[in-house]
Amino acid sequence: MEAYIPALEGGSLIGAAAAVLLVLLGRITGVSGVLFSTMTGLLKGDVSDNLWRILFLVGLVLGPIIVHQFGGLPIPDAPEGSITLAIVAGLLVGFGIKVGSGCTSGHGICGMARLSKCSIIATYTFMAAGFVTVFIVRHVMGA
Amino acid sequence: MKNLVGLFAGILFGAGLALSGMTGTQKVIGFLDLFGAWDITLMFVMGGGLLVSFPVYQYMKNKPRPVFDEDLHLPSKTIIDKRLIGGAILFGIGWALYGYCQGSAISSLAYGDMNSIIFVVTMTAGMLLSKLLPTADKA
Repeated sequence: MEAYIPALEGGSLIGAAAAVLLVLLGRITGVSGVLFSTMTGLLKGDVSDNLWRILFLVGLVLGPIIVHQFGGLPIPDAPEGSITLAIVAGLLVGFGIKVGSGCTSGHGICGMARLSKCSIIATYTFMAAGFVTVFIVRHVMGA
Repeated sequence: MKNLVGLFAGILFGAGLALSGMTGTQKVIGFLDLFGAWDITLMFVMGGGLLVSFPVYQYMKNKPRPVFDEDLHLPSKTIIDKRLIGGAILFGIGWALYGYCQGSAISSLAYGDMNSIIFVVTMTAGMLLSKLLPTADKA
């Protein structure tokens, strides 16, 4: 059980981020939504309205630096897999999230907290798809 | 103020991902590997997240407005359609193939790994490509 305490703590920090954005800005903490609005906003040349989103994304990168620098937590192993796999998986993640209108945080942490039927179904669906994919890759194809 | 809130929330989120080990792809794939050495860490991360977000979201339901904005900006979509399910399936496959979702991919840029940078670029391209699909509203 003790091994899971950092997971619970880390999870509650993510939940706290969601609480802060909701209570103060009235926004859902969906990383995909933030990234997409930032991109489309920047393409239109609209920086000031999107500054909080840009800073949120900057914070996402700063957070781990702080944890590893001051918390002494070891840096995780680099991802396994080729460049091709990174490209294919990246495209699937970006495309799928946008079409399915949400990601792990938007559906999983915020949508589930709102008891949104869409989010609950979406969360079960992407988890099920993930279980099947890993089963096929690791146990059928034996990678 | 909005900008400071954005930065603060981002740091909290990124720190949470790193602390819980979710910036490492093997933790995620380990969770999805039901028939291997199953690693349930991710369940505790999600549980910890909901423990905080659930009461706050329920409390805010009856509040007229957030502190620094006029309105709550909550999604209004309530229809479970092919897009929701199909998109979630594609996301789940990509998530399982590499072990990154959007948040963890962006946070992992902190480590400067070339493949992670490529993942973030193609992920962003994938989001923009999805605009080519006819939307449910237009169809």
